[in-house]
Amino acid sequence: MFDLKIPPELIIQCMHCGMCLPVCPTYNLTFLEKSSPRGRIRLVKEVEDGNLPLTEDFINEMYFCLDCQACQTVCPAGVKYGKIVESARIKIFKLGKDKQAFMKKLIFKFVFASNSLFKFFARIVRFYQKKLKPLAFNFGLYEIIPKKLLQIEELAPEISDKFSDEILPEVLKPNGEAKYKVGFLTGCFMNVMYSKINIDTVEVLLENNCEVYIPKEQVCCGSVMAHYGDIETAKKLAKKNIVAFSKYKLDAIVVNSAGCGAFMKEYGELFEDDKEFREKAENISRLTKDVNEFLCEIDFKRPDVELNLKVTYHDACHLAHTQRITAQPRKIIKSLNGIDFVELNESTWCCGSAGIYNILRYEDSMKILERKIKNILETNAEIVLTANPGCHAQIEYGLKKANANIKVMHPVTILNLAYKLSKKSMEEKVDTA
Amino acid sequence: MDARVIKRLEEIVGRENVLTSIENKITYSYDATPSLASLPEAIVIPRTTEDISQILKLANEENFGVVPRGSGTGLSGGAVPLPNTIILLMNRWRKIIEIDTENLTALVEPGVITAQLHQEVERKGLFYPPDPGSMTISTIGGNVAENAGGLRGLKYGVTKNYVLGLEVVLPTGEILNIGGKNVKDVAGYNLKDVLIGSEGTLAVFTKILLKLIPKPQSSRTMLAFFDSIKTAGKTVSDIIANHITPATLEFLDNVTIKCVEDYAHLGLPTNVGALLLIEVDGHPAQVDEEARKIEEICRKNNATDLKVANSETEAMNLKTARRSAFAALARVKPTTILEDATVPRSFVPEMVEKIQEIANKYQIIIGNFGHAGDGNLHPTALTDERDKEEMKRVEQAFEEIFDFALKLGGTITGEHGVGLAKRRFLEKQYNEAGIEFMRKIKRALDPNGVLNPGKIFDLINPRCEGRLPLSREEIEKYKDLWV
Repeated sequence: MFDLKIPPELIIQCMHCGMCLPVCPTYNLTFLEKSSPRGRIRLVKEVEDGNLPLTEDFINEMYFCLDCQACQTVCPAGVKYGKIVESARIKIFKLGKDKQAFMKKLIFKFVFASNSLFKFFARIVRFYQKKLKPLAFNFGLYEIIPKKLLQIEELAPEISDKFSDEILPEVLKPNGEAKYKVGFLTGCFMNVMYSKINIDTVEVLLENNCEVYIPKEQVCCGSVMAHYGDIETAKKLAKKNIVAFSKYKLDAIVVNSAGCGAFMKEYGELFEDDKEFREKAENISRLTKDVNEFLCEIDFKRPDVELNLKVTYHDACHLAHTQRITAQPRKIIKSLNGIDFVELNESTWCCGSAGIYNILRYEDSMKILERKIKNILETNAEIVLTANPGCHAQIEYGLKKANANIKVMHPVTILNLAYKLSKKSMEEKVDTA
Repeated sequence: MDARVIKRLEEIVGRENVLTSIENKITYSYDATPSLASLPEAIVIPRTTEDISQILKLANEENFGVVPRGSGTGLSGGAVPLPNTIILLMNRWRKIIEIDTENLTALVEPGVITAQLHQEVERKGLFYPPDPGSMTISTIGGNVAENAGGLRGLKYGVTKNYVLGLEVVLPTGEILNIGGKNVKDVAGYNLKDVLIGSEGTLAVFTKILLKLIPKPQSSRTMLAFFDSIKTAGKTVSDIIANHITPATLEFLDNVTIKCVEDYAHLGLPTNVGALLLIEVDGHPAQVDEEARKIEEICRKNNATDLKVANSETEAMNLKTARRSAFAALARVKPTTILEDATVPRSFVPEMVEKIQEIANKYQIIIGNFGHAGDGNLHPTALTDERDKEEMKRVEQAFEEIFDFALKLGGTITGEHGVGLAKRRFLEKQYNEAGIEFMRKIKRALDPNGVLNPGKIFDLINPRCEGRLPLSREEIEKYKDLWV
C-alpha cells in the first residue's frame, strides 16, 4: 500500500556542497557531519542502496533532526530535505524500528485523532493546572515527582478557560460589506491553548471585511503525525478537513499556525496518487494562506493609533523555511505607528519546539532554545512576536526559565489590539466633540 | 585499522574523540567534490597542538595516513580520505584569538568560519577580503591550505596575500612558528609560501595570523548587458586599460543567464550574450569618478542595457543575478561539476567561446560564469553521475578545456586546488622536473608520506604495503562506496 522506497531523484539532487552546515541547529550542537543535512542525506542514500541497515544511530539521527528546513532555504540545488527525512521516518515507523513508536502512536491515535478527544484531554490538563497543581504545590507533592516530568509539564502553556470553537459560531459576518469569504482553521493546540489568538484572528478578519466560516467538522491538520512518520493517521485527518472546508465556496482558508498552514499547503501532494481525492486536496492547498500572508494580500486596514512598544519577531521555521513567508509579518508589525521594531539576530534559527520535539527530546530542545533566548534578551524588546503555537509555548517557557519579563504574542494579537485602541480613541474623539 | 592503533589514538585524544562507527565513517567519506568517496579508518578530533603532534608521530610509527579536514567544502577532493587513513577533524578549533587593531592583524584557529571572521573584523571597521563561494561555512584553515580565492580577487588578491604567520605541525610531529606581525621579514627561506596552498600535504595549521586592511568607505554596483561575450570581454579589457580596478568584475554567459531567469525570475533579458556585474569601492569621490568612467566604457562598447544601483537594496538586487548563478545551474541536473580553469584575462572571450564550442561538440550542457576580471572561469557541467556514458563525454570535454586553457598560458585550477580530482592534469601543466621538485619537497618533509597521502601527485614509490582498511567482509559490503 505504501511504497517504502525513497525516490532516488530526491537523494541524488544533493551535490554535497555543504552550504547547509552553517544553518543547521543540530550540526551546530555536535559539529559532526552525521548531524547535518548533508550527512543525513548521505546516510539515507546508503540505507536505500542497501549498504547500511537501519542502525540505532541512523534512527537517532533521523529524529535528532528538527525538520526545521533551514537547510532548504540555503540549498543551492533545491534539495527537498524535509521530504527525504520525513520519508525515512515513515520507513522507520512502518518497519517498527522506532523506540518511541508506542508513545507516539498513543499520542497520535488517541490524543490528536479527533477534536473531541483532544479537547477531553485538554480539559483534564486544565483541571490539573487550575485545581490540582496548586493543591499539589501546597502539599509538597512536587518534591516526589521526577524532575524531568516536571520540566515537561512546565512546557505546556496554560489551557484556555474556553476553547475557541466553543465560543465562535460556524459563520460570522463583518459589520460592513463582506468582500471575502474565508475559512478558518481553529487547529488543535491553537484551539485549546491559544483560543484567544484564534479569537483575535477572527476579529482581525472581520475588521478587514471578511465573512468567516469555521466548519464544526474540522480536526487537527495532521502535520505532527506526518512529521514523525505516521502518514496514515495524518491522511485520515487531512481527509476530514478537506471534506469540511470543501463544503463552502471560499476565497481563502486562513491559518494562524505556521506548522498547520505549511502542511495544508501540502495536502495536494499528499493525495497525489488518489484519483478521487486529488483535485479536492489540491484546491484546499491552493486556498490555504497563512494569516500574515492573507492580510498583506488583501492590503489590510492600517489602525490609526500610537503603540509605544519595543518588539522583535521570531520567524517560525514552517513559516520562513517551508512557506517562505518572512516579509509579510514584518510588514504588519511595522505598519503600526510608534512601534520600535528590532530585528532578532538569527531570527530564522529554530527555537527547538519543532512540533513535539521538545517533549520527545527535551535535552536537545533546551540546548537549541538557549541560543534563541540569548538572542531575544539582546534585543531588549518588551514583546516577541511569532506566528506558531509551538514556538510561542517554547519561547514563553524559555523566557520564564530565564526570569525575563518579556511577553510572547502573535502578530494578529498586536494588530487586533491596535484596531481596538484606535476604535476606542475614535469613540472618545466623537464623545468630546 | 588495528584495534591496537585505535586504542593508541584514544590514549592521545581521549576515547570520546575517536569515532569509528560506520555512520561516522560514511559521513566523512566525501567532501564537496562530485563522485569521490572512500571510507576513513577513524575520525580523530584533536584537542591541542600537542595532540596533533602525537597523532602524526604515531602515524609515522604505525604507517597510516592523516587527512586534515575543516568543513569539507573543497572541490578537488582534498579532504576525501584514501584507504588506510584517518580524518583529522579541525572544525571545533573555532576561536578568533586576537584582532589587533594597531597592527591590523587577526590571529585565528584554523576552524574559524571565513564569513564569521568577516563579520567580526568588519565590526571593528576592518576588512578581510578573500571571499570564496563557500565562505559561509569554509574554514580559514581550509582556505589557507587551498589558497582560496573569491569574487574580490582582482583588486584585493587571494588568501596567500593575507597570511602573515602560521603555527604548524610538520608531518613528523615537530611544532614550529613561521612569520609574524612584521610587514618586512626576510629571515631565511619564505617558508609560509611553501605551506600556503599545499593542500594539507606538508603541514597541519594550528594557528593562523592574517593581515587585515581598512574597510572601504563606499561602493557602487552596476549590471551591464552585452550582445556577445566578445563585447563584454572588450569592456573588461577597456576598464582595466583605463586604470580602474573594480573590486568585483564578474560575468555570466547566456546559458547561465537563462538558467538564472528560469529559477529566480529577475526579469533579465534572456537573448543577451553576456552580462557583467561590476562593483567599485573606496573613497566616495573616487567611487563616483570610477563609476562614471565605467558607464562611459560600457556605452562605448554598445552595452544593450545598463543598471546602476542607487541604494544598498538596489545593489543587493543587482548582485542577485550573479549570486544565484551557481544555484540556478545546480537545479537543472542532479550532478553539477564546477571547474575553475583560469586564463590571463585578455583571453577570457576566446576561452568562453571555446568552452561553448567544446560543450556543443560533446553534446553536454556547460554554463559559464566567473571572475572575468582575473580570468578565473567557472565552466559548470550539468549532468547525472548515473549516466556513465554522458559522464565520459563530460570528462573528455574538460580534458579539452584544460588543454586549451594551458595553450593560452592559463592554469588547470585558479582556486580549487589539485587534490585528487586534477592529479592527472597537473602533469600537463608541469613537466617532470616541475612535479619532481614538488615530490622532493614532500619527501624531505614527510619521508613516510603520512600527511594527506595521494593528493596533488603520486609519490613514485607508492606505499602499497599498508594494512587494508577494512575486513574482507566489510569491503564486500561497502565496495560501492569506493571509487
